[in-house]
Order: sequence, then structure tokens, then C-alpha cells
Amino acid sequence: MSRQNEDERPRVSDSQSNPGADAAEAVIDVRGVHYAIGDRPIFAGLDLTVKRGLITAVMGPSGTGKTTLLRLITGEIYAGSGRVAVFGRDVGTLTSRELYATRRRMGVLFQNGALLTDLDVYENVAFPVREHTDLPESLIRKLVLTKLEAVGLRGAAELMPAELSGGMARRVALARAIVTDPEILIYDEPFVGLDPISLGVILRLVKQMNDALKITSVVVSHDVHEIATIADYSYLLSDGKVVASGTPAELARSDSATVRQFMTGGAEGPVRFHYPAPDYAEELMEVAR
Amino acid sequence: MSNGARAGVLELVRKTGETGVFFVRLLAACIPALSRPRLIIAQIYNAGARSLIIIMLSGLFTGMVLGLQFYDVLNRFGATEALGTAVALALLKELGPVLTALLFAGRAGTALTSEIGLMRATDQLTAMDVMAVDPIRHVAAPRFLGGLIAMPLLTAIFTVVGLFGAQLIGVQFLGVDHGIFWSQAQSAVALKDVTEGVVKSIVFGAVVSLIAVNEGYHSEPTAEGIGRATTRTVVASSVMTLLLDYVLTAIFL
Repeated sequence: MSRQNEDERPRVSDSQSNPGADAAEAVIDVRGVHYAIGDRPIFAGLDLTVKRGLITAVMGPSGTGKTTLLRLITGEIYAGSGRVAVFGRDVGTLTSRELYATRRRMGVLFQNGALLTDLDVYENVAFPVREHTDLPESLIRKLVLTKLEAVGLRGAAELMPAELSGGMARRVALARAIVTDPEILIYDEPFVGLDPISLGVILRLVKQMNDALKITSVVVSHDVHEIATIADYSYLLSDGKVVASGTPAELARSDSATVRQFMTGGAEGPVRFHYPAPDYAEELMEVAR
Repeated sequence: MSNGARAGVLELVRKTGETGVFFVRLLAACIPALSRPRLIIAQIYNAGARSLIIIMLSGLFTGMVLGLQFYDVLNRFGATEALGTAVALALLKELGPVLTALLFAGRAGTALTSEIGLMRATDQLTAMDVMAVDPIRHVAAPRFLGGLIAMPLLTAIFTVVGLFGAQLIGVQFLGVDHGIFWSQAQSAVALKDVTEGVVKSIVFGAVVSLIAVNEGYHSEPTAEGIGRATTRTVVASSVMTLLLDYVLTAIFL
């Protein structure tokens, strides 16, 4: 995979579209992060900023560490070097108590939903409320039903997770992520497995929550066209770094070969589709011999 | 020392350290977990009530076998009146706690490991952690406490049913006097013997539950990994039960 030169990285010049350039508050600030799994480097000097109240998309080919980035932000793992700051504080320096206090201000939608399998849909959504508040049951019920209605699954409140389809499970997980009205919502591949109707509803929901509640959203997604309709700012990751950033419109107009390949889904280009392997013809000849 | 042996020793030290740290965190989490009795009661039901049938059946057959074997041995010395004493002491001090622990490891221990392992594999533990809910406090501690509380209760039931099984064979089929059987059993059993059985059952309950919960919590998040963790639970629990049984017996004698 060819590494995109720093100078080639499409950047925006106006402060409105570059979150790191103006005075608005950076809710998440990633600076010079290096991270490796064993000998395999995932990030090599990653820099990005998520500004309060915006929907920020993180895109990139499979295996570029998008989910790893989310785990760094939530403090599940720590950077080898560099700084991951959330609400102005370096996640790596927080005590357990401080980390939990920070996490209570976040909601995370996991790629597979990660619903608690021994609880029904209603109790799954009520779980964080019960754990962190002493609200009366009537208020918890109101909260849970409101969120389930928003994702269109109020009627499925009594179903167990095993009875849900993949898309339904992800919608329940979304209801659970938003039930405590977090300041930051982190979505890991929220559109995978959704039918077109659910996809449209979830897209509007993400946008509405962002507009109405001023929730800061970080969306990791492969779905370039869907995410382009709601994202305020996008980062494209490749080879452990941000290779392009800007508004969806700016990325769409970009001349960068990496950006164009990713936006158009081309198999040929700087981002290699094939995992590194010996020459195909030679390997076939070996088999023939 | 060869590289393989050195790696094995290092892995053993790492594993022991990991279990030690987990145990300390688990104990620390047990106190706040006590404020959620609903979760603990649910786990006593899962580990205890759901093990009742296997415990009662095993207790019955163990008692019946003891009745036959002890009768055969005592008959050679013309001392079949001592059947009640022999069976009661054997069940109270040894077979009750040990066999219950082995059965508990096979039935409830494996269920605990695979359940927690599956929660790890499906990101449920991570999701809790990210929701600022400590999975050790919410998942591991109630299951550990549930096993700890259930084991002595199951041991008591195993012992009582075992005594009934021995009485069934000794008195009903082999002709030992009913009154002598029970009076001998009653007079020979001292508080120290009961204490030994209770202490053993509590220690075995703690060890088997700790191993089961620890293996599940640290299992590799794959089908194969969960399978291996479940096997390790049975093997480690069985070996530790027998080893600790020797240590505790030596202390009580």
C-alpha cells in the first residue's frame, strides 16, 4: 500500500470546515498517536480533532484501525505514544474513577450491538439508566419507551436479543446508547445490515439528535454515500494516518488518488485490495508442478 | 533451562499473577455487589437450584454404594452396627464436600465459564465497561458469591441424601437395625466433624467459583478459546479440590 505523502493530503483552508483550525471547542483531540498490535503498527502519528456539536465521520479501508481509534477514545486501550484527549483531558492519565466519569458522558454503538443477552430489549435500554441513576420506575419507563419509539422498536420491548435480526439489534443498541442523553455519541459501523427504510430512519435520527441536542457524533463507517449526507466533517484514514480530511463535498471534489479510489470504490489505486501475497501466476505454477 | 521450559514457567507465573490480581479485584467488587442482592440470588438459583437434581441423584447413589461397601467391610469384623457412624463421618468430612465440589465444577463451573466467555466474545463485557459499569462488579462478583453461597447448601443436601441412601441399603435391604443406625450416626458425629465439612465446602466453593469466573473472564473470545477455558475450569477445579482436601484434612486432624 503506498503511503500518501503529507503534502498530498487534501486540506481545507477555511476555519469553518477545519475543526482543528478555529477556536471552537475540540471535544476529542488526537495528537501524534502511535499504536501497534504486536509488531504490526496500526497508527503512526495520527492527528484528528472532533469539534463539539458536529457529526464527524471517520472513514477508511478495512484494517486501517477505525475501530481501534474508537477504543482509544473510550479508554479501552491506550496509545503507545501521543495524546488522546476527551473533554480536554488525556484519557491515558485518567484514574479508573475519572475514566468512568468520562465514559458516562459518552454513548457507544457497537458494531454488533453488544446487547446483554440475559435481558430483554426493554431492560437492555434501561440498563445504563438503572446503573447510573435513582430515577423512579415510571420515569425510566417513559425514557426507555421514548428511545425505543425513536428507533421504531417500541413494539419489540419484550423480545429477547436472540429474537432480533442484526439490524434490529443495532437499533436497540442505538436506543441504549442515547438513553442517557450523552454529550458524545460514537457509532461503529451503524449502517451495516440495515434495510433501506431503517437506514433512512437511523440517518435522520443521527442528524436530528445532532441538531436538536447538539450531541457531538463520531461515526465510523464504510458507507461513503450515506455518511456524506449527514457528516459535517470527514477524515479518511489509511496506513495509520489521516490521508485526507474535509467536508464531504470537499472530499468528493478531491484530486487525491487515495480519496478518489475510496469514494468510488475502485479496486485499483494506492489502497491495495489484495492482502500482500507472492506472485499469483508463480504460485499457480508451483501448484501445477 | 530450555527455551520451552522457560516460556512455560513464565506463562505459569503470568497466569498466577493474573489470577491473583483478578481475585483481589473480585474481592473488592464483592462488597458493592452485596448491595444488589437480586443479582446474587439469581446466581444462587443458577449455580445452586439448577444443580439440585444432579447433586441429589449423585448423593443418593454415593450413599447407597457406601452402605454396601461399609456393610461388607464391617460385617467381616462383626461390627455392622457401626454402619451409621462410618457412613455419616465419610459423607460429612470427605465425600460430601469433595464430590459436591467435583460435580459443581462439572455442572455450574463450566456453565459459568462458558457464559462469561461468551459475554466476552460478544462484546457484552466491553459494552458494560464503556457504559461505565464495572463488569467485575456486575458480572463476576455476583456469580462468584452465588457459587460461594450455593456450595455449602448443595453439600448439605448431598450429605443428607447420601445418608438416606446408605440407610436405605443398610437398614431396608441388609437388615441393620434402624434405631442403631441413626443413634450410632448421631453419637459419633461431633461438632468438629460438621465444622470440617462446612469449612471444606466453603473453601471448595470459593476456589471452584473463582476458577470458573476467572477462566471465563480471561478466555480467548473465540469458540475454541471458550471451549479450552471450560476444559481448564474442570481440570483446575478438580485438581485444586483434591489438593486442598488433603491440606484441610491434615489441618483438621
